[in-house]
Amino acid sequence: MMSAAITTRPPTAPVPHAPAAGGTRRRSRLRQRLELAFLLTPALVLFIGFVLIPIGVAGYYSLYSWNGFGPLTDFVGLDNYVAAFSGDVFQGAIGHNLIIATLSIVVQLPLSIGLALLLNRKLRGRTFLRMVVFAPYVLSEAVTAVIWLLMLQPGGFIDEILRGVGLGGFVQLWLADQSLVLYTLFVVITWKYIGFGVILLLAGLQGVPPELREAAALDGASAWQTTRHVVLPLLGPTIRIWVFLSVIGSLQLFDLVWIMTLGGPANASTTMATYLVDHGFKRYEFGFGSAVAVILFIICFLFALVYQRFALRRDTQGALTGVR
Amino acid sequence: MRSRKPLALFAAAAFVLAGCGGGGGDASTEGPVTLTWWHNRTTEPMKSKWQQIADDFHKTHPNTSFTIEPLQNEQFQTKVPLALQGNTPPDLFQQWGGGALADQLKSGKLADITQASSGWIGPLAKNADGWKTGGKQYGAPYLMHAVGFWYRKDIFATAGITSTPTTVDELNAAVTKLKTAGVVPIALGGKDRWPDAFYWAYFAVRQCSVDTLKKAVEKTELTDPCFLKAGENLKSFLDTKPFQDGFVGTPAQQGAGSSAGLVANGKAAMELQGDWNPDVMQALTEDKEIGSKIGWFPFPSVPGGQGDPSVLLGGGDGFSCTTRAAKACAEFLGHLVGDDVQKILAETNSGLPVTPAGVSALKSEPHKQIAEAMTKASYLQFYFDTAFPTKVGQALNDTIANFFAGQGGPDTIVKSVSEAAAGNK
Repeated sequence: MMSAAITTRPPTAPVPHAPAAGGTRRRSRLRQRLELAFLLTPALVLFIGFVLIPIGVAGYYSLYSWNGFGPLTDFVGLDNYVAAFSGDVFQGAIGHNLIIATLSIVVQLPLSIGLALLLNRKLRGRTFLRMVVFAPYVLSEAVTAVIWLLMLQPGGFIDEILRGVGLGGFVQLWLADQSLVLYTLFVVITWKYIGFGVILLLAGLQGVPPELREAAALDGASAWQTTRHVVLPLLGPTIRIWVFLSVIGSLQLFDLVWIMTLGGPANASTTMATYLVDHGFKRYEFGFGSAVAVILFIICFLFALVYQRFALRRDTQGALTGVR
Repeated sequence: MRSRKPLALFAAAAFVLAGCGGGGGDASTEGPVTLTWWHNRTTEPMKSKWQQIADDFHKTHPNTSFTIEPLQNEQFQTKVPLALQGNTPPDLFQQWGGGALADQLKSGKLADITQASSGWIGPLAKNADGWKTGGKQYGAPYLMHAVGFWYRKDIFATAGITSTPTTVDELNAAVTKLKTAGVVPIALGGKDRWPDAFYWAYFAVRQCSVDTLKKAVEKTELTDPCFLKAGENLKSFLDTKPFQDGFVGTPAQQGAGSSAGLVANGKAAMELQGDWNPDVMQALTEDKEIGSKIGWFPFPSVPGGQGDPSVLLGGGDGFSCTTRAAKACAEFLGHLVGDDVQKILAETNSGLPVTPAGVSALKSEPHKQIAEAMTKASYLQFYFDTAFPTKVGQALNDTIANFFAGQGGPDTIVKSVSEAAAGNK
């Protein structure tokens, strides 16, 4: 989905073939269909086998109370869904996902734009700085999580740095304080993913024609006015895509949380995905876990549909919709 | 069977993708057989030890060969259910026994080795009980484990503690002395939850009689008042604040800041952990002498408790066989609990041998001590998360962890078991 979403509009609609004699046209159409069938089948088989069928199967399992062994016999209807939604822990998990999603838009977006604008300017060591900003994104989630888990222990690297610069009073129990842990995780998430936003926006900035800035400058626009009224509007498509990816990522947040806190302490950092693994796999409740998975899927899917329909409509016209 | 269709489809797809045809061979017939073996020793020295043991077995039993797949501990949680639900489960796989084994039985793929093991199961005595359900043997342990306090002898000496605590009051006194000496008395890896559960379990084991414990596991309920009392005792113990700051966020085994790391590096004096802890500690410190600086003592007795103070909390590593090649598999299990292999395992210090011959080959002092305690123990209480069906055990662990983080009370812990057993989420 990502590659399809990032690819902006296709250049132009394909030029229709010049009309030819009837027989040739029919033959070429047949050939076209064969080509399509030949090229699409492998991808389609994989997609159906590893995406569509598992989704359907999860929906089927979710109607049973099933511990993963033996045939499904205990049909419970929608009980699993009711149980999930009425549980405090899952409600909390949805809340945590929403907090992370909101924070990423409110905090990460301005930060990414600021850094991208900065790194787009001609300054010494620009390539190096871009690399530094992007480096955390290249690390695997597991590595990131373990590094930060160790650094955030009481008396660990972070605490020592704070004490070293005279900010010892700010030292907290980063991962043990139930009211703080989610925000600690958010900082780590930001550290990890800010590079991706910056790179995306830098690419977007390449698409802003220098002539427009020059024209704005000639008209006496200040640097801020140029940025605000010329550059930012032209970054719109990139920003909208970033928001889309970021929200979906926030809703599916798992690896970092799982390794750093397991959703704890006392469920203070549980997300929908950690709840799913905790209850589905660790407790051998595959029916219930499937229900949670279906809920997570529906939430993401609905968001994707609504967002595509209203926010991304113009940006992806032609790429995701029919050429008009 | 309608419900199996999707899985059959997947299995078929997996076959095509993996390009494997499955090593033929019928259930019980004689003839060459290749056992697919899933074990959890992904690191040295045990990884090559298992390979060596399999190779040696193949030399004396040319009809039995092995395909060995070492998997991470956590992978078993996801892979075993899937494999048992499919048509080609491993022939031999890591099995912790207890409630998870009972869960897995529902797949119908686990082999009953009661007959096949009758020739060699004797010396294991009560060690083999955890792999037994309804009077039938569905696997066997190759190493046992027990939980107790690991402590720094040097720090105890500095703090003026002359003998290891034998009652909870003595333990509390030791905690006070260690605090005065400026050391964290006890390190706890609360992030991982299961170390919290050790404490509740031991308070329960010390408070409740062996019969009560057995009945509780059998019926999956904690209705006896002693379990409530155990939670109250735990509460009083927690109120003495014996752990390091922020212990609810501390991992058990990762890095110098983990609970094992704190003890290994002299920042904390004690940790309630399994017999495997010395190896874990050694990996977390530069101190090559750590092995000689730590000692072991069992969880102290609780005044007024009806529990037998000799009872240990623990579990074991074992293997179960599936039905396809049960005969060869059971024969191999017999080999693993034989004197030769048990002696090899004893030398690795990665657990307690399951037979007296193996125990006598133990080299490390603390392990000899634990094995002795194990022999003397009137009963081995399996970790409750293993003894109970998996969903109940995990719910109990989570509730105990929440309790350590200040949420819920002794009654919440007791209730979590009956609620999880009743299917509440």
